[in-house]
Amino acid sequence: MSEETQHFLDRLADVRAGREAEPTWIAARRQAGAARFEAMGFPTRRDEAWKYTDVRAIARGEFALARDAEFSPASAAALTLPIDTHRLTFVDGVFAPALSTLDGLPEGVSLQPLSAALVENHEAVGGPLGRLTGVEFSPFSALNTAFMEEGAVLRLAPGTVVEKPITLQFLSRRGETPVMSHPRILVQAGGRSQATLIEHHVGEEGAANFTNLVEEVILERNAILTHYKLQEAPLADLHIASIHVEQARDSRYTSFNLNLGGALVRTDLISELNGENATCDFYGLFYGEGRQHVDSHTLANHNAPHTFSNENYKGILDDRAHGVFNGKVVVKRDSQKIEGFQSNANLLLSDRAEIDAKPELEIYADDVKCSHGTTTGQLDEEAIYALRSRGIDRQTARGLLTLAFAGEVLEEVGLDAISERVELAVAGKLPERFNLAGLVEVAVALDDE
Amino acid sequence: MLEVKDLHVTVEGNEILKGLSLTINAGEVHAIMGPNGSGKSTLSAVIAGKEEYEVTSGSITYEGRDVLEMAVEERAQAGLLLGFQYPVEIPGVKNIYLLKAALNAKREAEGLPEIPAPEFMKLIKEKIAEMKMDASFLQRSVNEGFSGGEKKRNEILQMLVLQPRLAMLDEIDSGLDIDAMKVVADGVNSLRAEERAILLVTHYQRLLDYIVPDRVHVLVDGRIVKSGDADLARELESRGYDWVLEESAA
Repeated sequence: MSEETQHFLDRLADVRAGREAEPTWIAARRQAGAARFEAMGFPTRRDEAWKYTDVRAIARGEFALARDAEFSPASAAALTLPIDTHRLTFVDGVFAPALSTLDGLPEGVSLQPLSAALVENHEAVGGPLGRLTGVEFSPFSALNTAFMEEGAVLRLAPGTVVEKPITLQFLSRRGETPVMSHPRILVQAGGRSQATLIEHHVGEEGAANFTNLVEEVILERNAILTHYKLQEAPLADLHIASIHVEQARDSRYTSFNLNLGGALVRTDLISELNGENATCDFYGLFYGEGRQHVDSHTLANHNAPHTFSNENYKGILDDRAHGVFNGKVVVKRDSQKIEGFQSNANLLLSDRAEIDAKPELEIYADDVKCSHGTTTGQLDEEAIYALRSRGIDRQTARGLLTLAFAGEVLEEVGLDAISERVELAVAGKLPERFNLAGLVEVAVALDDE
Repeated sequence: MLEVKDLHVTVEGNEILKGLSLTINAGEVHAIMGPNGSGKSTLSAVIAGKEEYEVTSGSITYEGRDVLEMAVEERAQAGLLLGFQYPVEIPGVKNIYLLKAALNAKREAEGLPEIPAPEFMKLIKEKIAEMKMDASFLQRSVNEGFSGGEKKRNEILQMLVLQPRLAMLDEIDSGLDIDAMKVVADGVNSLRAEERAILLVTHYQRLLDYIVPDRVHVLVDGRIVKSGDADLARELESRGYDWVLEESAA
């Protein structure tokens, strides 16, 4: 066993203390996770799935586990989306009841921190937990399982339509020592249920914590879930997320994977399209600056005929940022009449920015409609001319078109509070030479009238 | 205000303008008419700085400045603005961004500070009402999914906000029904002013019933062959171009 792996496992002692109320199976799962992590160790760039992403910044880190969820309510409020929502807030992975708003949950909705669900509801949770994302999936899923103690469980009874979005907010704190958290999220959407889930990662400037997230999402027949993952973590945070979705017949899963923060970010998003007419839409936007590294891996598994997947990921990279896009569509042998579309486009704003883009199709059926493409490109010269013909200089024109490039994903976002926030963030991150200061605010103000 | 002298222009090796001269004074409305392929659109495009045109000889002077030495955006900032026949769709760039960025660019060139947000909003609202456009236009991408009429209105809206010194309108009437044309014509007429000139490029006399020009020029084969007042346009409408062609050949 390597020193690095051991260093992480040593922290398990902190988890084991004071958990007498838990059922025995949870301890067995943690042990299985720890054993698997110990056997695998951290991935290296020799592993195909990690070819472009070096995780040594995590492996060599010394992370403690947070002991409390203290956070000034005023600072928390400033980091909170202005949305009327049901919200669970976590500080460095620790549940913060004082910052959460859980009153008025409609009938048919159960939203609990994992720690509570494991005690009060463990029989219902024990079955699905770990079924989609097992300890085999990756060293990080094994590590998450080893440390599994907090997170969120959302269960929707059949036919439940939740009007307000449900938010899981993860606050990252600046502290003496960096901490790690291993949130575990389980969503079970019953037949014909419908909800919007917002996962918001944000924190204090100067924080440098490690978040290792595992999410399992089960959509039963005709369930509809829109999932916003807004990752605005502090710029030194390390962020790994494995999201695994299982879709029954007629279900629809829409993902917005919006990545703005973090020093090292890796997301794996997988949907298992298991029933006819199941549809998944993957939208992604990443913006990297400085030396940020943002890796998005997606996989649509067409396990049944007449299933649909659609993907549109866009990346903007400046300075020495490094982006990775790996989108895969797999069509099983008997999955006829499926449609799988994928598109990825990237803009590099600096000569030293880098993108590794790899679209992949694996098709074992013969009657399918699939397409994929990736471009790393240039801006439309005709549009630049049209803007210049109105007196706008070339740099500002380029800025406007770069913002427009992000806008092609943001226009799919159904919540103004999110699309406006991301647009403002992108406008604010774009180099000063693009001269966009103050432009976006005016549109937001207009919208609020 | 604008003086074009013996202008020769080629596109991909073909000579389109073959020695065109034209003088436009402040306060005047000029109309350029002519059969298809005569070079009507080329003239306004060259003045506005469209890049695929090559000026082989001649000059364009605007308020004492050599236009051909000015970058595209400098021309616009100086008040030379072209309303396109086929306005480009710019997906993702909201109209309001274009308007604000363009207005501030012009103000900066004039040595003025950025327009304060409330003043800008007031101005914009006034102008979209004038063009009978809905406020939602402002949040939509420039020309994306617009009908032909909406695109033309949008060109005029930009003119109303940017207040050019020389407004050039290339076939602003093409593809418009009569109601849309009236709105567009009202917008153009509201631009008429002593310190401003307007250059209309059009194929049809119909537009000139609504925007009555001071001078009408007939462009044939890259040269102005006849000039007159608004009556010339009416004569062209009733008699066609053939008589002008014959007269110029004689």
